[in-house]
Amino acid sequence: MSLLTLRGLSVRHGDRVAVHPTDLEIGPGELVGLVGPNGAGKSSLMRGALGLARAGGESSLAALPAPARARAAAWLPQAREIAWAVTVETLVGLGRHPLRAPGAPLSGADRSAIAGAMARMDIAGFADRPATELSGGEQARVLIARALAQQAPLTLADEPAAGLDPAHQLACMGAFADLAAEGRAAVVSLHDLGLAARFCTRLVMMAGGRVVADGAPDAVLTADRLREVYGIETFLTRADGALVVQPMTLSRP
Amino acid sequence: MTRPLPYPWLLAALGVLVAALFCVSLLVGPAGLGFFDSLAALLAGRGEAETLVMREIRAPRAVLGLMIGATLGLSGAALQGYLRNPLAEPGLLGVTGAASLGAVAAIYSGLSLIFPLALPLMALGGAGLASMLLIGLAGARGGALTLILAGVALSALCGALTALALNLSPNPFAATEIMFWMMGSLSDRSWTHVGLAAPFMLAGWAALGFAGRGLDALTLGEDAAASLGVRLDRLRLAVVLGAAASVGAATAVAGGIGFVGLVAPHLLRRAVGARPARLLPAAALGGAALLLAADIAVRLIAPERDLKLGVLTALVGAPFFLRLVLSTRRRLA
Amino acid sequence: MNLPSGMRRAAAMTLAGAAALAGAALAVPATDPAPGAPASAPAPRGENEAPRRVVSLNLCTDQLAMLLAAPGQLLSVSSMASDPHVSAMRDRAGAFAVNHGRAEEIFLMRPDLVLAGTYTARETVSMLRRLGFRVETFAPEADFDAIRANIRRMGALLGREAQAEAMAAEMDARLEAARPAPDAPRPLAALLEAASWSSGAGTLAHEIVTAAGLRNLGAELGITGMARLPLERLVMGAPDLLIAARPYTPPSLSEQGMRHPALDPLQARAGRVALSDARWVCGAPFTAEAVADLSAARRALTGEGRSAALVPAAPAANAVAR
Repeated sequence: MSLLTLRGLSVRHGDRVAVHPTDLEIGPGELVGLVGPNGAGKSSLMRGALGLARAGGESSLAALPAPARARAAAWLPQAREIAWAVTVETLVGLGRHPLRAPGAPLSGADRSAIAGAMARMDIAGFADRPATELSGGEQARVLIARALAQQAPLTLADEPAAGLDPAHQLACMGAFADLAAEGRAAVVSLHDLGLAARFCTRLVMMAGGRVVADGAPDAVLTADRLREVYGIETFLTRADGALVVQPMTLSRP
Repeated sequence: MTRPLPYPWLLAALGVLVAALFCVSLLVGPAGLGFFDSLAALLAGRGEAETLVMREIRAPRAVLGLMIGATLGLSGAALQGYLRNPLAEPGLLGVTGAASLGAVAAIYSGLSLIFPLALPLMALGGAGLASMLLIGLAGARGGALTLILAGVALSALCGALTALALNLSPNPFAATEIMFWMMGSLSDRSWTHVGLAAPFMLAGWAALGFAGRGLDALTLGEDAAASLGVRLDRLRLAVVLGAAASVGAATAVAGGIGFVGLVAPHLLRRAVGARPARLLPAAALGGAALLLAADIAVRLIAPERDLKLGVLTALVGAPFFLRLVLSTRRRLA
Repeated sequence: MNLPSGMRRAAAMTLAGAAALAGAALAVPATDPAPGAPASAPAPRGENEAPRRVVSLNLCTDQLAMLLAAPGQLLSVSSMASDPHVSAMRDRAGAFAVNHGRAEEIFLMRPDLVLAGTYTARETVSMLRRLGFRVETFAPEADFDAIRANIRRMGALLGREAQAEAMAAEMDARLEAARPAPDAPRPLAALLEAASWSSGAGTLAHEIVTAAGLRNLGAELGITGMARLPLERLVMGAPDLLIAARPYTPPSLSEQGMRHPALDPLQARAGRVALSDARWVCGAPFTAEAVADLSAARRALTGEGRSAALVPAAPAANAVAR
């Protein structure tokens, strides 16, 4: 069973092609890391897949009507926007929006999903504080918890770990890994190749709007490919049975 | 932090306040009727002149005050929620000014004499065009500065065109009525006005009420809201049409009353935990209370002078606006 | 601004606001020609010789002059004289050149007498005086004594004293005919003007109402001059007769107040007399016609004498004017 199927999906921003026609399939149990340099088309690919950006080709998610799509996939945009000083708990509760009838009070399932997501992101301690008063990193965790509370089969997240301290980066990736372990799936765009190598079951590397590599972290993150795609020299090793990636210097042109 | 009043209690308290002000509004007027005489005239029709005063002059005025105040508070809260900007307000954004222009065109051309519905419809048209222009110009993505500047430009343009239309009218009284369209008044309004405006206001309220859920989700930004199943195009339509219909109809019969849509949501935002959907009914009640109070005040301060409502609401509202500008200065910069 | 009628005059003054009042305070004395007038004036004449080139700048002097001037004596009247809303003599105004109260155009007419109102065209008047023209100003008439005085003064200025006396006598005869019997009931009338304004004591409208044998609600509620009479107090006053200003087309909000539904029951009982703006604006012989019409409406209301039909207030060029 596939949670997301892309067939020849392409995205344009005006005259510029952001994503060339791309095929991709995401199945249950996968934590897919979407890696690649700035401007490679990672965000555009995810927004096109969700039907948020005008796209050519086919996406199984974009084809769904809006309420069904909201139950099939959660989306955590890169821009961390919190417009009003609502409490953390209220904000996380917005994740339950697609699952509730208009005007219905929170059900028991809603409450436990909200509490679980807050506990997972270590924010239960400030459930009653206005979300706008938190630090940037805390706000990021609140927004991740919002996406987790949605409990969708598939979660797409655009750079969720950016700006978090190391402990919360690990907690964040751990949460997505748990989703995969529960039989759901997550697609996460990342700049931290170390986190990508350590947590993802599969990496999709993009460059210039195309997928240039797709497979297990070991197979995707090779010194040659990183030199070619990012223009960097990398120190690669293994620890605790997983790949460790440490960028060292810029490659000489 | 003090625990705020539970939401149902807040709404009930506001409802009681509005009901009390509504009754006071019925009891205040230059005729100087006593409390029991007023009640007897209103409810039992005792005394011909008293009954006329209560039923034909004061009752429609109080009803319009309530409905127009609710309209301004509600549409202010909805526009703020949609634009995610606490400075949004129908008056400041030029929506009211455009509605005035439409109403002026309908009245002074004589069109509304032939076809009475032309008045609310043309005011609605003006308000609708202005809202679409603003959302197009400043957009849901536009910053506070763009929005306010666009509103200033639109207000100035509509004000100038209104003044031009009134000055060019061959009727010598028209030019003296610019104050009504700029500042608004409920003086000597009748059930005819209520009948003309109420259907559009009610329809507008329904549309804005429908928007509440979407506005909550929009707290997370457009992308996240869309991913939560909110249809942004429909939400925009509901907000634009709802604000245009209700503000347009309100302005068509009472002129341009500013700042209620700014002050009511601002006063109540904290009390509802800043949730846009909960703010809608609270701001509607708050707006009704504010406008009824202002209309009582104009009758007490200068009973024989027809002091314009907008004078009072601006005196209260402008300092609020300045405070808000100060607190959002970082975003404006 | 082209604001006719007592109400309109008041509205204009409200609008012009402090400027008008300040102007009044600083005004050159109204009746005397400026002392030491320069010698550029038209050929001097003896005081008793009638002027031959008369120009009027003001609606009210326009009408008095048209009524009294000898053929060919009056050269020009103001543009308002042909405005049907304010001029009772618009049909005759066409026979004269039109002026807009600007010093330049008046200068080119080389008048030997300029007639103006005390409150109109102040700058023009003082400039014309500086240029050496003879300018006579007339105060607005607030009662019938003032009308008589202005008729006689106009007659004297134009050398038409006999005609003026006859005109004043004819006006008095009309007023006498309209006067109610001493024991006749005096119904209460309410003057309904735009934007809830009403005329109280000390206004020409009040004089017309009382001369017709009616009581004026505005005055009984303590209004002197022009003031706002809130709709509520009007309704509570329960007038027997509503006298409404004739609305303009296109409409205005101010005039819509006169059609408030709260007035419907009063109208159904009392009926309404259209107020002929044109004859109520200026005090003149035709003011007595307005009184006669209103007096007929009063008799219809009280059933006094034969049931006089309501005379539609059509201000035709009036009979006195012959």
